[in-house]
Amino acid sequence: MSADPQLAGSHALPEVAEARAALAALDQVPGVAKPDPMLVADGVQRTFGGVHAVDVAHLEVQRHVITALIGPNGAGKTTFFNLMTGFDKPDSGHWTFDGVSLAGVPASRVSRSGMVRTFQLTKALSRMTVLENMRLGAGSQPGERMLTALVRPLWVAREREITDKAMDLLARFKLDTKKDDFAGSLSGGQRKLLEMARALMSDPKLVMLDEPMAGVNPALTQSLLGHIIELRDEGTTVLFVEHDMHMVRHISDWVVVMAQGKVVAEGPPKQVMDDQAVIDAYLGAHHDTDLGDDSLLDEGGRIDAEADAESEAELEEPK
Amino acid sequence: MDFGSLFTNVVAEMIGPTAIAYALAAIGLNIHFGLTGLINMGQAGFMLLGAYGFAISTIAGWPVWAAVLVAIAAAVVFALLLGIPTLKLRGDYLAIVTIAAAEIIRIVGRSTSLSSFTGGSNGLLGNSFKESFSGASPFPDGRFSLGPFTYSMNDSNSWWLRIVGWALVALACLLVYLLMRSPWGRVLKGIREDEDAVRSLGKNVYGYKLQALVTGGVLGALGGIVFTLASSVQPDSLGRPVTFNTWTILLLGGAATVFGPVLGSLLFWGALILVRGLLRGLVPETILSTQQVEQAGWVLVGITLMLLIVFRPQGLLGDKKELAINVR
Repeated sequence: MSADPQLAGSHALPEVAEARAALAALDQVPGVAKPDPMLVADGVQRTFGGVHAVDVAHLEVQRHVITALIGPNGAGKTTFFNLMTGFDKPDSGHWTFDGVSLAGVPASRVSRSGMVRTFQLTKALSRMTVLENMRLGAGSQPGERMLTALVRPLWVAREREITDKAMDLLARFKLDTKKDDFAGSLSGGQRKLLEMARALMSDPKLVMLDEPMAGVNPALTQSLLGHIIELRDEGTTVLFVEHDMHMVRHISDWVVVMAQGKVVAEGPPKQVMDDQAVIDAYLGAHHDTDLGDDSLLDEGGRIDAEADAESEAELEEPK
Repeated sequence: MDFGSLFTNVVAEMIGPTAIAYALAAIGLNIHFGLTGLINMGQAGFMLLGAYGFAISTIAGWPVWAAVLVAIAAAVVFALLLGIPTLKLRGDYLAIVTIAAAEIIRIVGRSTSLSSFTGGSNGLLGNSFKESFSGASPFPDGRFSLGPFTYSMNDSNSWWLRIVGWALVALACLLVYLLMRSPWGRVLKGIREDEDAVRSLGKNVYGYKLQALVTGGVLGALGGIVFTLASSVQPDSLGRPVTFNTWTILLLGGAATVFGPVLGSLLFWGALILVRGLLRGLVPETILSTQQVEQAGWVLVGITLMLLIVFRPQGLLGDKKELAINVR
């Protein structure tokens, strides 16, 4: 795995490169049709007592690429995730995943059909070991049926496969030394990693990550970014919600912006982030500036000067 | 004071049908709570249903095996009735519904309008339904002594009942052991930790919870059969206190362990007899009357258990490490 996420992607599957390239030709308007959509949502609405939490007229998510879903707090990103994955029911609307309608399908079946999500507040199963957490993510284990569970020979072979796969994934996420620890004893960032690794146990076609970077330290962020790119290059489609704009800019192939429940913009990361409407609604004028650089914050520094100039310009503009 | 006979009494209670019945009920509750995190506050209802199912069908002339099947079927239906509407809701709803449902069973059972079936508040006399069970015994009739313990071989409260009862307990422990180490048990544990996470991994959480509720309930019903075969079916003897005692036994022995419920039952009943015997032998009649000793026994056992929960919350066999992790 490359340390620099920008460099990864050179060993991608041909269809992945093709899907990414196809995005360049698209119009940058909300709801634009994608050449090879994996998830298509139509007229999905969810209200919480008069507030339109989600009101998505049309949205397509391209297969084989990394799509970022961004927007201010309360824009309805997580609610949209919940609706798509069956954790919440919309007031109206329908959506298809890989050509199959998923409206009204319970969460467990959504997951089995290949769309697996993670949660904003990590849901590691605290009083189970890391390895048991991983094993739980696997599908088609006959021992998960009550009667077969009683006869060990019926499921032990599959259990061995599952364990091997779990160890591979844990090694990739640098958690293999922790396999016998309780998940509750891991740090916040390690739990994020564990949850992501666990979601991959069933080889999903689409992974939906809800704020994968929240609370993860910078060193881990680097490797997490690498993992996500690696996933895409191996053919998994990724949709993620994130507030960390550096991450969005680095790894996403396409960005969808939500505000007040609606999709307000979409396009490649560079163009979307330069979109004045997106900057006004969400990013702010200085989203590019590194706030860690103290010199910028000094009285009379660059930001102050720019802000002054901006406000003066606004005052002077005769509208 | 005769410590020899006190000790004999304690051991007799520990190997007796009450301890067996509670062990079975607690093993069932362990599947509910220890493995799956379901808060069932109506285990006594399952026991009472088992008792009624067995006794009424035996009185109607059915053979032992059919009567046991009726008891099991009653528990299954009861679990489904409770589970289908509540298991989709948050955990506390199950607690409310189960405690109410168990009371409904008891109150309906003792109602006068049903006295031709259930005997009303008098219940069903032991002799009216015990014959087919003792008749199924392979042992010769008569009394048998093993050391200081003398019981009839086959009649009411017999060696035969003890043998069958402990065999049931052993089978139930084996069942829990097999299920706990299986992927099925792993899913249940996952549900106990966070059911949304398990749902997101593609497991039908609702179905698993129903399976757990039914399995634990059936074990409760078997406990109810053992309980009544030693005495009679009396609805008020399987009321709320029985549920609370079963919970105490489970937490005493250690939830989510295989032998915790059995050990808990042995110690709970042994301790009760021991405390009562000591009070009776050491405290003069003028301070505590015989009746008061009964009550004081419960009080002391209660205090001991509170201390145990404070200082050893994982129970005797539980894993301290598991509890040390805050559920965040």
